[in-house]
Amino acid sequence: MKHVGRLAFSIAIALLFSAPIASADFESAFRGLGSSSRTSILESIEHLGELNDPRGLGALDALLDKRLRVDDAGRLFIVSEAGDSFVDALTGQPAEPDPESLRTPRINNRVRRALKPVIAQLRLRSPDPEVRLAAAETLRRRPSENAAALIRSVLEDETDGDVRDALVVSLAQIDLAGDDPTQRLAAIETLGRLGDRNLRTQLEAVLTTGPTGSPLEADGEVRAAAKEALARIDRVSFFIDLAGNFFYGLSLASILLLAALGLAITFGLMGVINMAHGEMLMVGAYTTYVTLGLFETHLPGLIDGYILAAIPAAFVVCGFLGMLMERGVIRFLYGRPLETLLATWGISLILIQTVRLVFGAQNVEVANPAWLSGGYEIFRGLVLPWSRIFIVIFAGLTVSAVWFVLQRTPLGLHVRAVTQNREMAANLGIATSRVDMWTFGLGSGIAGLGGVALSQIGNVGPELGQSYIVDSFMVVVLGGVGKLAGTVVAALGLGVVNKFLEPVSGAVLGKIFVLIFLILFIQRRPQGIFALKGRAAEI
Amino acid sequence: MHTRGQWLALAVVAALGLVVVPGLNAVPADSPLHLPNFLIPLFGKFLCFAIVALAMDLIWGYTGILSLGHGVFFALGGYAMGMYLMRSIGTEGVYASELPDFMVFLDWKELPWFWRGFDHFGFATFMALAVPGALAYVFGWFAFRSRIKGVYFAIITQAMTFAMMLLFFRNNTGFGGNNGLTDFKRILGFSLQEPSTRLGLYIATGIALLGTYLLCRFIIRSKLGRVLAAIRDEEGRVLFTGYDTLQHKLFVWTVSAVLCGLAGALYVPQVGIINPSEMVPSHSIEMAIWVAVGGRGTLIGAILGALLVNGAKSWFTVAAPETWLYVLGFLFIVVTLFLPGGIVSLWQRVRAPSTGNTNDTPAAQRSQP
Repeated sequence: MKHVGRLAFSIAIALLFSAPIASADFESAFRGLGSSSRTSILESIEHLGELNDPRGLGALDALLDKRLRVDDAGRLFIVSEAGDSFVDALTGQPAEPDPESLRTPRINNRVRRALKPVIAQLRLRSPDPEVRLAAAETLRRRPSENAAALIRSVLEDETDGDVRDALVVSLAQIDLAGDDPTQRLAAIETLGRLGDRNLRTQLEAVLTTGPTGSPLEADGEVRAAAKEALARIDRVSFFIDLAGNFFYGLSLASILLLAALGLAITFGLMGVINMAHGEMLMVGAYTTYVTLGLFETHLPGLIDGYILAAIPAAFVVCGFLGMLMERGVIRFLYGRPLETLLATWGISLILIQTVRLVFGAQNVEVANPAWLSGGYEIFRGLVLPWSRIFIVIFAGLTVSAVWFVLQRTPLGLHVRAVTQNREMAANLGIATSRVDMWTFGLGSGIAGLGGVALSQIGNVGPELGQSYIVDSFMVVVLGGVGKLAGTVVAALGLGVVNKFLEPVSGAVLGKIFVLIFLILFIQRRPQGIFALKGRAAEI
Repeated sequence: MHTRGQWLALAVVAALGLVVVPGLNAVPADSPLHLPNFLIPLFGKFLCFAIVALAMDLIWGYTGILSLGHGVFFALGGYAMGMYLMRSIGTEGVYASELPDFMVFLDWKELPWFWRGFDHFGFATFMALAVPGALAYVFGWFAFRSRIKGVYFAIITQAMTFAMMLLFFRNNTGFGGNNGLTDFKRILGFSLQEPSTRLGLYIATGIALLGTYLLCRFIIRSKLGRVLAAIRDEEGRVLFTGYDTLQHKLFVWTVSAVLCGLAGALYVPQVGIINPSEMVPSHSIEMAIWVAVGGRGTLIGAILGALLVNGAKSWFTVAAPETWLYVLGFLFIVVTLFLPGGIVSLWQRVRAPSTGNTNDTPAAQRSQP
């Protein structure tokens, strides 16, 4: 490597001292950009790339943006974005060419392809690390041989870690394609060390065999090194996959948890089968959509904060709807769970059709606020989207809030009392009927919160709830009726197991396996993981 | 016990269904009494649903077990018949291949093993009854053995429905994926496009419905039926009295599934397609409302409910498609809240208090588990 560095250094020195000769050379190449023939434009670009002179950058950028103009004398000008003023492309001074004589050099995709690496190469000297990083990324995607010497010299004094990484990768790619065996081995070592799965193809190319079965790569040492590096990449990506699966499992678990938590309250604590629970999720998601719309029209400045307003709005809307349902229908059906099931199914149909008539049958799109788009790269190759991280945190907060309400507030005390023994609670002066209403409102409101979360990760449509109802029931039943902790554990378990089964068996079969497992599990332990002990266990 | 009058009524209704419809169909087309050809398969479809409703009533109305999985049994019966119909297309498919079109499309070279034998009508019919029956038996054995009942049973049958639907939606499962089986040409050599074949299928369905009614009637009037009603009303007490409730429930559950399979097998040649959307959980729930509207715990109510709800559905989805879900939704609510005995109970209220007819009392008037 030292040898390489010295080589690059001497090239740089040579470039500096040969300035007068290079300058003439540069100017002719530079003027070539204004040529009317694409082939000579192409040659000029390549030549400028070899010369590595930052003075060419402005003209090259302008050429890519179609802002380069050439006059009859062959002098180049750059027109401003507004199109009303000109600068001299070489000196950067304002100029006033005759607009009549100006012509725009025509470029095509081939020219564009050649332009990009050269521009990137020249930009690597920019003082702005962002610009350097973008340039390095471009070079990494389109490694060009000309850039090798430059990258080496830039690497000498590049301090920014990300830019270095990108440069090292592009250099390794260029070196691997070269002839020097030591450089190639070093390049393979570098690629292996970085463990980036996107670089596999280059290494696999080294190992490909020809039609006769003999390896195309003659150098045995290079082949062995490539094999080693591939194994290393595979090991790293295995752990990345593991971490990724775990995270996505956690995020799926959070979604399940948010969907099932409300159900755990209404079904688990009150014994009410609410088939319209999925529609509460849907209504919550549509509330988010409406909130977004209101912010767009009335408070465009605060648009990124819409979700903070949507959370209480969804809670209130769904909670109110739930209380309405409880007062209007469900309270007449206590003690007749099968009838409750059918009646709430009817309610769900009405809700679906209403939403369809109001918002249309098509899915609506709920845009993430700016601070939830994008993601956080914990290490190379694994980006965690902010929206998923948000959901995990949101689910955690919601569970804590529910736990707090049930365990630490008078309402929670009353709910637990009514759950344990309705008659006794009534005898002690608890208004059981009112407690029922509030409990149902609480459960539905939490479903609304789940709807807010769902709107951030997927489409919002009238049938949104239908796809979650089976899953949520499974979570509640698996966790054990009436147990908040059971619901949390069941959601976590199901989410993670689902994500780990997906790559093995495919998403659909994985889901089927999970359902079959659940059916069998419930038969073995009808009371769920956290069974109530004693007589209470009889359903 | 049915009186002679009731037997007579039954015979009259059956004769009306089986004679009047073909008769009106035969009336010249310009007569106002003429029944157009396209209505025959529609009526046939209703009769299939009536068989399903009877099956549902047997398990829910009489035994108190709400199943949200009957759509699966129905669809399995339909698939078995659909497989026979696919095989009898022969080489007249789009690809003119020995294999069904979707297999050619998936580039399969030979028939999967589970398609063998479906060239024969008899085998397909047997499978249409046996497969739902076997699935129900195994599922029921696990479920009833661990004394799962009430809403828990409803939920796990729904999970089963959901899992089966996902399974059948896969192309690789081998039943045509989400397109299902369709483009049928003939059954037993008769073209399915011919009005006479359709009429024949209608009459066959009518006879099957009559047979199902008589079978269900026989079951509920036997000692077995009394035990089932007792299980519905107080399972623990029946168990302590020394009856093996598991065997009783398993028997009626399996019979119910087999009847659904029969209905499915009759349904597919009349509508000309079977696909996994038959298995969506909502279909199974709808089956419960047929029974509830008519009056559960009465056989006549189940049939009446199926015909009424599906007739209404056909009418509304044409006349006012947006309102149908509202109608259905309100039916669910109104019937459970105000009319737990269904339409039949209205008639009984008019006649009440009549003779001590024990077995046909709507179940909902008693407490449910």
